[in-house]
Amino acid sequence: MSASVLYDHPGPRARLRNRALSVVVVALLLAGAYWVYRAFDAKGQWDWKKWQPFFQEMPNPGGAPVNVWTDYIVPGLVGTLTAAATAMVLALAFGLLFSVARLSEHAWIRVPSGMVVEFFRAVPLLLMIFFLVYGGYYVFGTAVPAFWAVVIGLTLYNGSVLAEAFRAGIRAVPGGQAEAAYSLGLVKSQVMRLILIPQAARSMLPVIVSQLVVVLKDTALGYIVAYSELMLEGSKIYANYNNVVPVFLVLAAIYIVINATLTLIAHLLERRANRRGVATPAARLGAANAAASGVGGGGGA
Amino acid sequence: MDVFSDPVNRQAFLDGFAMILKLTAASALLSLALGLLLAACRVSPVPVLRAVGAGWVHLFRNTPLTLIITFCFFGLYSAMGVKFSDDIAVNNYWLAVVGLSAYTAAFVCEAIRSGINTVPIGQAEAARALGLTFSQNLRLIILPQAMRSVVAPLGSILIALTKNATIAGVIGVMEASSQMKQLINDNGDAAVEIFAVFALAFVVLLVPVGYGFSALANRLVVRR
Repeated sequence: MSASVLYDHPGPRARLRNRALSVVVVALLLAGAYWVYRAFDAKGQWDWKKWQPFFQEMPNPGGAPVNVWTDYIVPGLVGTLTAAATAMVLALAFGLLFSVARLSEHAWIRVPSGMVVEFFRAVPLLLMIFFLVYGGYYVFGTAVPAFWAVVIGLTLYNGSVLAEAFRAGIRAVPGGQAEAAYSLGLVKSQVMRLILIPQAARSMLPVIVSQLVVVLKDTALGYIVAYSELMLEGSKIYANYNNVVPVFLVLAAIYIVINATLTLIAHLLERRANRRGVATPAARLGAANAAASGVGGGGGA
Repeated sequence: MDVFSDPVNRQAFLDGFAMILKLTAASALLSLALGLLLAACRVSPVPVLRAVGAGWVHLFRNTPLTLIITFCFFGLYSAMGVKFSDDIAVNNYWLAVVGLSAYTAAFVCEAIRSGINTVPIGQAEAARALGLTFSQNLRLIILPQAMRSVVAPLGSILIALTKNATIAGVIGVMEASSQMKQLINDNGDAAVEIFAVFALAFVVLLVPVGYGFSALANRLVVRR
């Protein structure tokens, strides 16, 4: 249902009222923006010296001049993207494995893998990362590097979410497909590998891309355990130049541009899948999960 | 269970989860109210209000929660001087609630908006034909039906929020994950046991919530 069904096409009076409301809202927004501007101004957040590091190289006594983009932000972004990409690849493998395991006909495979998936979906990501970082030495006899703690945590959580989405996707393939395959003499593993998974994969593409947004946002948890990603590198900037607010605005803008682009791609893929008549019942499930995900924001849901 | 036979450690565990529940309760209420308001904005006849709703959603949904909560401390409190209480623990608690609510409201808004989309067009058209205004239409006809199909997504958002509450630890709120980190630092040889207890507590807390919400959603669903 499009939103416009909720109200009639505005007549002269409604147009006047809507325009009056628009004026009031814009006035309130401007007042709010002005208040924020004044509050920033009162605390000196607009001072050139707080923004200067983003526009020119800063002198560095006893060293090469500092360029915050090439010295902090780009390396941080590389750290963020490396962790996200590694975790996503591993999560896809984990998700595929466990979705198939949960569809197994053998209870001794189905039940334990179901428990694993439920467990990792319910445990906050940060709890897993803390366990790996602070308990890793006692458990494995060697310290777990922050990078791997973040990647393993992300893999287990997002892999479990993807496993549920894949399972829904595989089950959404029309039953006639599997029946036809069996009647051609294919065995169970062939039916899964050659018939069901390829068809499910097409409808899963939008879900995978939107899960990528969750993974990317959750790499920010690396900041808490000192993995060198975007937020940690950003914190080095404001430690040096005492410009917390400008740094956070720049970091947020970077995350928003990347994630909004990914979300847009997911929408386009979903539209294309719908146009081609590929059933994407799992897409809705995936979207709900992404919402939940929050930790996505953190361990999200 | 040696570690947890010490009452001090047991208390740390209980305090951690009490804090998670307190963070979740306050943020759930605030984000539900804010999310409902934002959803109403996003379907309203006033283009500026629609833009405000869409702007909020895109801004907060695409930013890591860790960044939002950290900003609440360093930006809102340290740099800008926004203060809720002279007691630093209480102040940090409310700063975390502000961050969690602003973030979660974006997801609540989108869930409710997609719930509105599940209500058949005929309902809204019939309401308009009866002469109901936009707000009457939304309040009396659309939202009561939409909320039924929103129960399940709101359940997953609540579960996510509970887990996200652990991120409040980044600004020094002593929630479950911070308590666990402290316990592991003090009793390293029992790391597995400590993690198992904290993780299972989350499972015990959240798995029934998930099933409860699905059961509720099934009961409330409008079969069409």
